[in-house]
Amino acid sequence: MYDSGKIITGLIIFVGLFTAPVWYNLIEGKAAMNKPSLSLPNNENQNECVAGTETMIADHMIILNTWRNDVVRNGKRNYYNQNHKIFEMSLTKTCFNCHTNKSHFCDQCHNYAGVNPYCFGCHNVPQNLENK
Amino acid sequence: MFEYALKGNKRYWAWLLILTGIIAAGFYSYLHQLNYGLGITGMSRNVSWGIYIAQFTFIVGIAASAVMVVLPYYLHNYKAFSKTTILGEFLAIPSVIMCMLFVFADLGQPSRVVNIFLYPTLHSIMFWDVVSLSGYLILNVIITRVTLSAEHNSIAPPKWIRPIIILSIPWAISIHTVTAFLFSGLAGRPFWLTAILAPRFLASAFSAGPSLLVIFCLILKRLTSFDAGENAIKKLGVIITYAMCANIFFILMEIFTAFYSGIPDHVSHFQYLYTGIDGNVKLVPWMWVSAIFSIISLILLLTPKLRNNNKIFFFTCLIIFLSIWIDKGLGLVITGFIPTAFGKVIEYSPTFTELSISAGIWAFGLFLITIFYKIALSIKNSTSSVMIKEVTTVNV
Amino acid sequence: MNKGRRKFIKLAGLAAFGIATEQIVSSKAQSKATEIISNRGRQTKKSLNSASAAKVRLAMVVDLRKCVSQNGCTKCIDSCNKEHNVPDFGETKDEVKWIWKEPYEGAFMDQENLYMKDQLKDKMVPVFCNNCDNPPCVEVCPTQATYKRDDGIVMMDWHRCIGCRYCMAACPYGSRSFNWRDPRQFIKEVNPNFPTRTKGVVEKCEFCAERIDNGLPPACVEACSAKALVFGNINDPDSEVRKLLKDNFSVRRKPGLGTGPEIYYLV
Repeated sequence: MYDSGKIITGLIIFVGLFTAPVWYNLIEGKAAMNKPSLSLPNNENQNECVAGTETMIADHMIILNTWRNDVVRNGKRNYYNQNHKIFEMSLTKTCFNCHTNKSHFCDQCHNYAGVNPYCFGCHNVPQNLENK
Repeated sequence: MFEYALKGNKRYWAWLLILTGIIAAGFYSYLHQLNYGLGITGMSRNVSWGIYIAQFTFIVGIAASAVMVVLPYYLHNYKAFSKTTILGEFLAIPSVIMCMLFVFADLGQPSRVVNIFLYPTLHSIMFWDVVSLSGYLILNVIITRVTLSAEHNSIAPPKWIRPIIILSIPWAISIHTVTAFLFSGLAGRPFWLTAILAPRFLASAFSAGPSLLVIFCLILKRLTSFDAGENAIKKLGVIITYAMCANIFFILMEIFTAFYSGIPDHVSHFQYLYTGIDGNVKLVPWMWVSAIFSIISLILLLTPKLRNNNKIFFFTCLIIFLSIWIDKGLGLVITGFIPTAFGKVIEYSPTFTELSISAGIWAFGLFLITIFYKIALSIKNSTSSVMIKEVTTVNV
Repeated sequence: MNKGRRKFIKLAGLAAFGIATEQIVSSKAQSKATEIISNRGRQTKKSLNSASAAKVRLAMVVDLRKCVSQNGCTKCIDSCNKEHNVPDFGETKDEVKWIWKEPYEGAFMDQENLYMKDQLKDKMVPVFCNNCDNPPCVEVCPTQATYKRDDGIVMMDWHRCIGCRYCMAACPYGSRSFNWRDPRQFIKEVNPNFPTRTKGVVEKCEFCAERIDNGLPPACVEACSAKALVFGNINDPDSEVRKLLKDNFSVRRKPGLGTGPEIYYLV
């Protein structure tokens, strides 16, 4: 083919850049390569979570966004889950009441998946308050 | 057609390189701003809009001014503008992009800009401003693509492009009217709350925009083989003269109403601009330079011998552009906030980061203009010897 | 590429665009309609006399005769700042304030009077967001990040705000502040029960909507030891705010602009 030198060099550079996340993590040995190990609350008060584990893993952002709209835009603050238990729709007051350690719980999966939700920029995390 | 932009002499590439440097510096400053927040600018709780929105307001006018060559050519068959319409439209596209970039640079949460489309708010003028600017961009992209590729292939453009070109004429008026509505509908800002704001915007746009077009045409005449034609330049001179007369007249009307009525809320803003208040005089020299430039330009415009002399006319267009840039950019947006809603005078001056980002966006606009003009001129030069059927011979 | 393939790709692109648009439009149309309508509801003389007068309309009365702000009292300001994690940057350029004190002639710019009665001459007036009945900020917000609730409070949705600051330009009272930088390091004592904000969003007094929803009075009203702040439903003829307004002369800030401010000052 014409210009084969330029094309092949370009292809190699492109493939290299495209796969950069993979070999970067391999080289750096980042936490992202370790499977997340969540430390769950010890549950001495027999409190149940808002929804089951599978639902929470898949849909916690959908639940939180629904809560956000209900609280801020519609003025509703009480949530009844599947078992008709009542919760206040609040990330800090409800969720973080039990899940008190962000880095041992929330960050485990978030770091593994490489997401950086900006919620924590405003919503207070108990851990951060202790450090203040 | 973009391949025409890749062929150029050393001067062309050197110019693009300089612009790229300024763009890179501006981008780096923008990363600073994203990291620290908008506090890195000179804006404050009291003067919450600064030179980003000021530049946006001014450049919307430039974008709208393409209509000043499109209207005579397409609605009135004024053949002298045959070579300048593409330049006008190719000035509109980078101008609209610059506007959007300035607004984007001004946002506190730019990643959420999509919210304007996800939650359309029909009673907010800003929503309509976004809609009309986006529409104008799409219109001009379609128009330039179709007419230029037709010329490139030495055929007449398809008939359906004509209604779209006609649509761009009222649309151009609307983008600048909507931008004026952003300011003139606010009850809380008496400096902007005037019905004449939209006509003022349009008059100043139709002076500054064609002036910039003339500057570009004369530069292109010097640097390339492109000649817009003496008739085109002369006619643009007439258009600019009328527009500038209207512009200065409107400003004087504003000053009369403010000072004759003597209402402190209204007078204080003009006082701040032209005399300063309590020693706060940052904008005073700028406004007087703008005023002197407009008066000199008016004299030069109203004298036919001086207007028809291209060397002097170049200078005239330059001072018109600068005068209106000061008046609309610095003198309008920032002064709406000074004095504040409590009557205090809190001044504003841009920081280095702000200026760097603004320069980067201007450089980006000039970069696009350079590339687009290169493409347009290359196509025109390669087909200039071929006779093509005009799309405008249909009666209005 | 032959004409058949070109046509197919064009059609496929158009179809994809059409499906995407339809999804977005149909899911947003419902919420859009209700939001557009509810933002424009406001009180008029006609509506006050009709059945909708049974609706709650929250308002505040500030009794300047009782207020002792000129003695240096800042109890209302301090309680609000503490409750809502309002940052203190230490300089006026980036300052964020929900309640603050203005001299009388600054707060009431349209009441120019060289011979003001002595008690008002040096009075420092506490000013808040007026939570207007016809708020210009709500009218101009391009994303409805600021909107009027049914009970009249002008709310901020910090999730939706894009930081364009159009609302700040529109407010005739200068009630709104912008987070020019990240406020978190500048908060003296974080209240864990209320979020902080991030840089790039506008904030203001919201009549303590979160406390009202839990049956509590606004923080400033509770904190005022001179009992100068009274809060309640102005549509209820038996409420304390209505009684105060019936018996005393009240002024509002810039009422001539038609914004319908819902903070009444007793002078």
